[in-house]
Formats: sequence, structure tokens, C-alpha cells
Amino acid sequence: MKIAVASGKGGTGKTTLSTNLASFLAESRETVLADLDVEEPNSGLFIRAEAGGEEDKYKMIPEWDAGKCTLCGICREVCNFNAITQIMDEIMVFPQLCHSCYACSELCPRDALPMKKQKMGVLRYFKQGNLSFVESELDIGEEQAVPLIAQTIAYVDRHCPGDVIKIFDAPPGTSCPVIEATKDADLVILVTEPTPVGLHDLSLAVETMKALKRDFCVVINRDGLGNADVESYCVRENIPVIAKIPNQRSIAEFYSDGKLLYHEISAVKDALEKIIAYIDARPGAGKTEKGAE
Amino acid sequence: MKIAFTSKGKDWDAPIDPRFGRTEYFFIYDEASGGSRIVDNTDVTYEAHGAGPKTAQRLFGEKAEILITGNGPGGNAASVLEKAGMRIYTGAGEMSVKEAYEAYKKGDLKQF
Amino acid sequence: MKEIVVISGKGGTGKTSLTASFAYLGAGEIIVADCDVDAADMHVFLQPDFANEKDFYSGQVAVIDPGICTDCGKCARTCRFDAIRVINGRHTVNALDCEGCGYCSRICPVNAITDKDNHVGWWYCSAIKTGAKMLHAKMKVGAENSGKLVARVKKEAKRIAEKEKKKLVLVDGSPGIGCPVVSSLSGASYVILVTEPTVSGLHDLQRVSELVGKFRIRSGCIVNKADLNRHKRDEIHAYLKQNNIDHLADIPYDETFTRAMVSGKTMTEFTGSRVRKILESTWNKIVNK
Repeated sequence: MKIAVASGKGGTGKTTLSTNLASFLAESRETVLADLDVEEPNSGLFIRAEAGGEEDKYKMIPEWDAGKCTLCGICREVCNFNAITQIMDEIMVFPQLCHSCYACSELCPRDALPMKKQKMGVLRYFKQGNLSFVESELDIGEEQAVPLIAQTIAYVDRHCPGDVIKIFDAPPGTSCPVIEATKDADLVILVTEPTPVGLHDLSLAVETMKALKRDFCVVINRDGLGNADVESYCVRENIPVIAKIPNQRSIAEFYSDGKLLYHEISAVKDALEKIIAYIDARPGAGKTEKGAE
Repeated sequence: MKIAFTSKGKDWDAPIDPRFGRTEYFFIYDEASGGSRIVDNTDVTYEAHGAGPKTAQRLFGEKAEILITGNGPGGNAASVLEKAGMRIYTGAGEMSVKEAYEAYKKGDLKQF
Repeated sequence: MKEIVVISGKGGTGKTSLTASFAYLGAGEIIVADCDVDAADMHVFLQPDFANEKDFYSGQVAVIDPGICTDCGKCARTCRFDAIRVINGRHTVNALDCEGCGYCSRICPVNAITDKDNHVGWWYCSAIKTGAKMLHAKMKVGAENSGKLVARVKKEAKRIAEKEKKKLVLVDGSPGIGCPVVSSLSGASYVILVTEPTVSGLHDLQRVSELVGKFRIRSGCIVNKADLNRHKRDEIHAYLKQNNIDHLADIPYDETFTRAMVSGKTMTEFTGSRVRKILESTWNKIVNK
């Protein structure tokens, strides 16, 4: 079962919820946590696990073969991303701009632009007891998060059995990276806070999830902080609010040190228990428990 | 020397455009002949991605030897300009073209 | 004219709250631009009137003309993004998956595919409650913020600043380290980095300041919620010193921030609060940079 934890904006507690939920689940069963916020991966700061290893992640980009090229200019013309340019009698490729569409490579009449691997980031994996943790980090200057997110999900699919609970810490926002990260999720948990900004960003996330026809629910973080507008919105829109995490300065303090919260704060543990009960009550969740045996 | 300035207008008093890739114009001054010309780059504003290399390629076609700009080109554009052997001076972001030329002459601009 | 850009790397540090507070102090003397297009929240604080709506197009999207298409399937086999699928027996483009590379339209044997400009959202030039003008945008669901949209919003902001003879454009920058933030930084005269004394705050500050360093733009840092964790705060201070980043201010953890937001106000509208005093002196430092 795949559960994506997402939010319309950053800083609502998405990473806090993912890391605490995964660690808590792992106390009783096999759990996978994958950090898909590849531009700013932060889950690893809260997970104390032994490094299992890492692997470079690649995308495919064209590499110019001067010997075969006749400088016909087709490659430059077909590239919609300005990733190819010609300076004197030389073709230059800009890997960070390339979307790996293969048009230049396959339309080159001389086969002078074969596709080659190019590093775009790194994937690391960790193991601690029942918890497997996977994170990917995009190299600075790389502009496209989506291919790395797709490869990270593919890694999880390949290495982790299908009946285990998998928590995906999704990137913030409502654009392509989030769509990629929530694509195959059985359930999306949207984390928000009870403020006007929280409500505005939640409503954008809800629109996105509806457009994607995803099954989703809401967790309210920093409950008690602002007003009740988020809750009335959820009632109006018929969206289940499955748990609330109270607003406490001590939570912010534990977080600032990179500590997990449910050991220290019973209200967080209560909220996690409610979320797990909701997950377990869903169709298909039975399989998950079998995986833990 | 043929000098290119990233500019927001078409004359010596125009402000320097601090951006390279999405600069509106190049003001190109030929020290040898004393003549100047304008290269319109506003179409690049419509590019979603890769404005830098596209602008660099256009500038390369102008055969300028020196570029005077504000913050300096990003990595992709810089690699094109480097290949073209262009010398780049930055730090003119809040000047007019004229002031930037004077600052360059006095050696007040930073070489990229 | 100066262009001051506020960025933070990670979300939730209070970047937008602070930018809006500065916009209030700048009053009618500045132009405001909201380039945090994915989570455009300045409107919560500044109440723009959403006037002058204009369509915004970015990139392209493939469209198949069913009247011409012979369902030969070549486009679907060519597409690397799995964006063309057979629905009810007909080849159809899923716009959310289409990258706009144009490959399919080039190779379609019967020319049934055209690349259409992709309508991704709208941008506005609004009047806000401080009497200033604000440039901002709204994206359609699933549409991606791009360097182009950020460049557009900033360009309009600067054009209006020039026309109205304002000396300063204040930009709420994009999050992350990708294309939109690069575009937010392009042309900036000074960058304000907002962070918080947490493990992730420090981590993201390092990543984002590395990016700013590449552009050789001077920058200063505001540590928000500074008293939350003294140890992490000291680490941030040391990092700023080492990397030659101005330390602009430490702002204490204060739930007035949220109370202000709930009532649609900026922090600087509360006269006499300690945070307002800090923000005033910080703003004075910034405008004199």
C-alpha cells in the first residue's frame, strides 16, 4: 500500500508527519519511507538509520559525435528546450535543459547524437530494524525533479515487497513533481495548518488531487493556532479530517533538533494512532499486516 | 574592441539590464569605428526554458569581444560565451550604458 | 532602481509573512511582485483587487485532431513521457504528462498533431491595501511554475516601477533550487535569505546560498523563530560569517505572526509590538544596502 504525504505549500509539517508516521509504524511492522522531495530532501535529518549504500541516478542526454556530424542543424531546430546550440563548427548540449525526449538523437540523419547517461542526482538507502528509508537528492543546478522522483519510486517498487506500507514524502506545491509523486498512491494525506494561508494552499492541493482522481484525506497540524475555516472547508467539501496535531512550542523545539516527536509528546502519538487506524481500516490494508508477519 | 552591453533601451542613456539571458536588447559599440547598433532580444522573453544559451548564441553571431552586464550569465550561457572567447565584465546592474562604459574604461567593473 | 528578492529554500520559515510585512513598511514607495507562484500567498496579507487579468502561456502541449488521426500509434511509441494513450479506441494526449517536446507532431505521418501554446494560468497587476501595486499570478491545476512566468511577473513589476518612478521592487521569490528560483534571482540587486534555527532550516540555507553564490549577488539573512533553538541559531550565525552573508536580524518565535495572518494583516500593522521594531530597523538596513 502506497501512502503519499503532501501539502499545497511547504513548511506545514509534511516531513514531520512522514518521518514520525514511518518510524512509529516500523515499531510493529515492516515499513518503507521514501523522501521524494528531491530538491530539498529533509526526511533523512530525522531518521537515524544505518546507511545501506548509495547509487548515482542518471538521465539520458545526447552526446555529440563530431566525426559523424555534418552540421545540418536539424538537432538544434527540433529541440523545444534550447538545450542544443551550435558555436562555429561545434554542437553544444546543455544537460540541465534537456528533457530526454530523444527527438534530436532519433531524428539526426547521421546518428551523431547517441543518448548517453548523465548524472542528475544520488539515491541513498538506509535500514534500521523494520524501517527501510530511501531518499534522493537532485544535484544543484539540475532543473527537473520529475525524472529523479520517477526513478526513486521505481527503486522502491523493485526492492520492497508490494504488501508493505510505503510512505512517500512528496514535494510541496501542486505542479509536476507532486503529480509524479502521488501518481500511484493508494491514499494521499494532505497536511495543512488552520490558517488562511494553510486553507488557500490546501484548496489548491484538493483541486489537484480531484483532477488526478486520487483518494485523499486531511491531517491538520498546529491545531488551535488559527481559526476553524480549514475544518469547515473540509466538512463542506466532504473531505475526511483523520487526525489533528496540536500547536505546541515544544513540538517546534524537538523538531528543530531533528528529534522524532511521538516518543516525547503523547498528543502526537495519539494522532499517529488515529492515522494508522484509518489506514488499516481501508480496503487492501489487510495485506499490509500480512507483510509484517 | 567591439563591446556588447545588456540594455533595457536603445541609446547610451538606457539602463543596463542586469540579466543576461532575458536581456531586452544588446547595445553594441564598436570602439574602432565609433559606431553603435542595437540587437533586439525581446523574443527570447517568450522562451519558457533555456533563455541563456539562446541569447549567448545570438550574441556570438554579433562577433562582440567584450560583454558588459549586471549579474553575469548563468552556467549554460557562460559555457557558450567562454567557447566564443568572450571577456565578460559584471557589476554594471544599476548603471546606464554610458556609465557602464566609463566604469569599464576606468577598470571599475569585475571580470567574470 | 533596486530589486530585492526574498527566498528561503524550504517552506514554512515565514518568508511570505516577512515579505508582506516589509511591503507594508515600504507602503506606496515600492512595487511588490509575488514570484512564489506555486503557493502565491501574499494576497492573504495584502488584499490585492485581482485587477487586469491576463492569460499566461508557457511551453507547448500536443493536440491530436481526431478527424485526421488514423490511430497508427507511431506517436504513442515515440513519446518518452507516456503522454499518449488509447482511450475509447482513439489516441489521446494527456496534457498533464505532455512535456511539449514536439517530437510526436514532427513524426506524425498524416500531420494530425499540432503543438499548441499551453495556457498555464493568469497574471494580474493589482492595487493592494498599502496603496502600492502588486504583480502576481495564479496557476491552473497541475501547471508548473516556470522561469518564464517568474520573469514575466518581474518584468512587469520593473516596468511599472520605472513608469511610476519607484526606487524599489520587492520580490517574494520562488521556493526550491530549480528553474523558478534561478529566474527569481536573475537581475536581483540584493537577496534576503529567510531561515529558521532547525536542522532542515540550516540544511536548506546552505543549498540555497550556494545557488545565490553562483550568481555573485550580495545577500543577507534573517533568522526567524531565532529563540527556538539556541544551538542551531549559533550554527547559522557561524555559517553566515564564514560565507560573508550579512546577518540582518534575529526574530523571536512569536505566535502573533499567525494571529496577524488570521486577521489578514501583516506583522508591521501592529504598532508597538517588539517584532515590529525589529522589522522596522531591518527594513531600514535593507533599503540602504
